[in-house]
Amino acid sequence: MTVHELKELLNARNLTETLPEDAEVTCGYSCDLLSWVMSHGESGMAWATVQTHMNVVAVAVLADMACVVLPEDVEMEKEVLQKAENEGIVILSSPLTSYEICGKMYERQIPAHT
Amino acid sequence: MNGLIHSEYPRETADYTHAGEASADIKRQLRQLGVSANVMRRVAVASYEVELNLVIHSEGGVLTLDVFPDRVVLVSKDRGPGIPDVEMAMREGYSTANEEARALGFGAGMGLPNMKRNADGFEITSQVGVGTEIRMMFMLQ
Repeated sequence: MTVHELKELLNARNLTETLPEDAEVTCGYSCDLLSWVMSHGESGMAWATVQTHMNVVAVAVLADMACVVLPEDVEMEKEVLQKAENEGIVILSSPLTSYEICGKMYERQIPAHT
Repeated sequence: MNGLIHSEYPRETADYTHAGEASADIKRQLRQLGVSANVMRRVAVASYEVELNLVIHSEGGVLTLDVFPDRVVLVSKDRGPGIPDVEMAMREGYSTANEEARALGFGAGMGLPNMKRNADGFEITSQVGVGTEIRMMFMLQ
């Protein structure tokens, strides 16, 4: 599934509009503890988190993630979005809860690990 | 042996805004050298953890990257305060991070164990009142 297809599935908005949505989502994850994500993050991951500060982008970049998904219409500050666009990390914001986001991804057979 | 790359990244206490930039730069440099994805990812995780440790726990310090033909070496040296019980600090889940760090999603007590797990060689020395030095090595082959 591509980031674009995930966006449609989650009824989400792409907050990083200048970025392409063609990256392949190969696995999914949900966690708000960044140091935990750092040790479990994988490339191609779609990561659901309510954290919105600069280090979310740093973790996503370092793990080569496909995108970050903010649940419950959480917004991200402009300068963090700018950083995400510079680094090429797509940030989606969905009205669904993290629980629902994971449920939908799992239903579409996106695994926990590649 | 001649190094291919030598870079230094000074980090200051509680500077969360710039935390992660050293790791991102290190990753970029390794990518330009054509280092394998597996090694690059392990170096990136370890460098991010050690960079965050400088920001969260130290009174400031420097992260140094050296790349040799056969290995990558990361060294973190800080100006204190030093770790009273290194063995305890190496345990997963043990953390002394403050509220500010925890609110940002850090302080899971995964930092040092995660560095050790990702590196091919890991050494830590610390003296209270002096500082902490962490040396990590990653084989390129």
